[in-house]
Amino acid sequence: MEILDNLALGFSIALSPWTLMLAVLGCFIGTIVGALPGLGPSNGVAIMIPITFSMGLDAVSALVLLTSIYYGAMYGGRISSILLNIPGDEPALMTTLDGYPMAKNGRAGDALVISGVASFVGALLATIGLMLLAPLLSRVAYQFGPGEYFALYLLAFATLGGISSNNQAKAALASCIGLMIAMIGLDPNSGLPRLTGGNLHLYDGIDFLVAIVGLFAVSEIFFFIESHGKSSAAGVKIDKVRVPWRDIWSTRWTMLRSSFLGFFAGVLPGAGASLGSFMTYMMEKSIAGDKGGFGTGVPKGVAAPEAGNNAAAGGALVPMLTLGVPGSGTTAVLLAVLVTLNITPGPTLFTDRPDVVWGLIAALLIANFVLLIMNVPMVKVFVKVLQVPPAILLPGVTMISFVGIYSLTGSYFDLLLVVGFGVLGYLLRKLDIPTVPVILGILLGHQMEKQLRDAMVLSDGSAWGLIYTRPTQPEDISYIATGLLIAAVLGFFAPILLRRFITKPQRVSD
Amino acid sequence: MKYFNFKALSVSVALSVGATSAMAAECIAPANPGGGWDFTCRQIGKILFDIGQVDAPVQVTNLAGAGGGLAFSTVVNERNDDADLIVAASSATTTRLAQNAYGGATADQVRFVGAIGADPGVIVVAADSPYQSLNELIDAIIADPSSVAFAGGSAVGGFDHLKPLQVLTAAGFTDITAVRYIGVDGGADAITQTVGGFTQAMTGDMSEVVGFLDSGDIRVLAVLTEARVPGFEDIPTAMEQGYDVVAVNWRGLYVPKGISDEDFNLWAERLQAVADSAEWQQAMTDNGLAPFTKVGDDFQSWIDSVVASTEELSREIGVIQ
Repeated sequence: MEILDNLALGFSIALSPWTLMLAVLGCFIGTIVGALPGLGPSNGVAIMIPITFSMGLDAVSALVLLTSIYYGAMYGGRISSILLNIPGDEPALMTTLDGYPMAKNGRAGDALVISGVASFVGALLATIGLMLLAPLLSRVAYQFGPGEYFALYLLAFATLGGISSNNQAKAALASCIGLMIAMIGLDPNSGLPRLTGGNLHLYDGIDFLVAIVGLFAVSEIFFFIESHGKSSAAGVKIDKVRVPWRDIWSTRWTMLRSSFLGFFAGVLPGAGASLGSFMTYMMEKSIAGDKGGFGTGVPKGVAAPEAGNNAAAGGALVPMLTLGVPGSGTTAVLLAVLVTLNITPGPTLFTDRPDVVWGLIAALLIANFVLLIMNVPMVKVFVKVLQVPPAILLPGVTMISFVGIYSLTGSYFDLLLVVGFGVLGYLLRKLDIPTVPVILGILLGHQMEKQLRDAMVLSDGSAWGLIYTRPTQPEDISYIATGLLIAAVLGFFAPILLRRFITKPQRVSD
Repeated sequence: MKYFNFKALSVSVALSVGATSAMAAECIAPANPGGGWDFTCRQIGKILFDIGQVDAPVQVTNLAGAGGGLAFSTVVNERNDDADLIVAASSATTTRLAQNAYGGATADQVRFVGAIGADPGVIVVAADSPYQSLNELIDAIIADPSSVAFAGGSAVGGFDHLKPLQVLTAAGFTDITAVRYIGVDGGADAITQTVGGFTQAMTGDMSEVVGFLDSGDIRVLAVLTEARVPGFEDIPTAMEQGYDVVAVNWRGLYVPKGISDEDFNLWAERLQAVADSAEWQQAMTDNGLAPFTKVGDDFQSWIDSVVASTEELSREIGVIQ
């Protein structure tokens, strides 16, 4: 078996005490970076790059350290989502939807353990997928052009209305606000500034992390001040942490399905972990139906997005290693590191540098088990955070977020933006408009617009370009784009048409 | 285990603290760690110290934002007479300056010291493409501009977009707004779109296509240099196919406008010393750069002509008014 030989080679590299230590260190730093709002995996990795260089690490060691941070951050992001209702990073956004209600019901420990196990399943399956299928799957990227990606994003947006079930119009309004914010910055197809007011700081658009910290953390502070701490969301009750075997067993299919969907979303260079966790959540929600109770704190609601985003993290390594195409912000940073280390990712990497590829894969497998240990038996350490009184905890978290945001660009302007988003978040929550679709609008809107406009450029402005995505081969209809577009239309209209006949409008205690 | 790493961390902290001491030169990389500008600062800074051109290690500051515009305006407005400051630059810097993408800033607000290496521009098609030479591709576009769409790693109007337009202009084609181009996320992504058949050609840098060249997925129709690139002797230049175009992504530096001529010349001499060093030759080989050395006043006048021609081309395609 060639794969076993390669894996043995990988483990012979990764199992040196030095590499192992780097993996443990990376997992630890990554979990912390992920858990802190305002610091996402891509910043965590970017911040560590200069340190990697000054430590004089060789290619394999540097990769092991940085990808451990990457995986660690994907695990860690869920912690503040569940405990504080503040996503630790953008892919952990969906975990707030059921994770935080679970914590409010006194099941914070269960939510952390279930999501930890789900993360492990997702990441492990993705690593195995990377190992077995990487050269094969790299061809999938060749099947996705702008038209196909646009259809994929449209499908995501078409199902967005169902995200907060109490008022679809408000969810739609919120996603429009997000889309509007996504317009700020340089126009992707002409390079001309839009809605920037001539301010250079706005040319790159608004960073999701700025929006997340403002909408979630800062607005929470405002609520806290308003109520003098009485009705604050933070400070959830918690009993001792046990392993909820029954819940883990009952979510097994959710975890498996989500891992596959998440991995696939990760493999597509234009999709990434955020879309992965979003789509897995929506898929599981529709499978469970109205009786599933998604949004009220059910184990499946934390297992799905966590398995999804961790699997997507592994999947995103496929196009990065095999094509040199980054599938997410973090892999873009990793790619830059590889190039700096004089490794050219691309179709020949697996044959040219097996030591790098298989050393990395072995290290990922090891990192996964390290992370499972850190995130399940040691989860109490993180739960301890809850015992800090909210009056200290909330300002502390916000302060750390501010430092994190400042480290992104080193400009005070982003800090003002954070406060601005805090005010926006406060107003939206007062009006009972959900803030999650705002973030998704910012996150996905930019890519969706870009793909649509690229598709239009390729088809010379013809709407048929969305289906006939290869303009020089007019006889070839794109089955992928067509299928996704049909699914998007059905996904948008079916709930509206069918709900009246099948079920009564549900009451939701949100 | 942890003890050891804290030591390593504290060493790196100590290094960076040491670098901020008085009189040390500073290099601003106008992007996040890991990119091309970061590479320029770190490599040139390291070699400057290693070959004894500066007394203390060069401190590298990452000042990302607005595609380099934030760093540019900081230098112009706040550090205009700082003689210890150098800033990483490349073709992207001059392209954006020419297109007024830095919020009204112009190229004459700083002084360009020199370039010491370049990533040659290339035009690429998929291995199964009907186009066998640059002439066939260009003739097809001239006959029917909608028959070919380009993908490149820069935004519309960016350097990758301008490369095929320069070739077409050199071929006497005037209707360049009809040429189709999509800007995607980096050169590898542009190749993916081209191999996938969504676009018919890719425009980018040599370093971006090497991996795909080895795997046999693509065919490089032309390299946009004066002579064939060492190591890739079988790839013809655009010039020998009849198009007088040189487009390379150079790597170099600029300094603040307000420093004295002596200080400017000192940086030019230092940069020339880096270019001549064995360390830099090695760094170029490792990173797929071709030799391209223009330093001092020669460079400044070359930059002026590049900015002028970019401005003209950009006006024709409507990126600027």
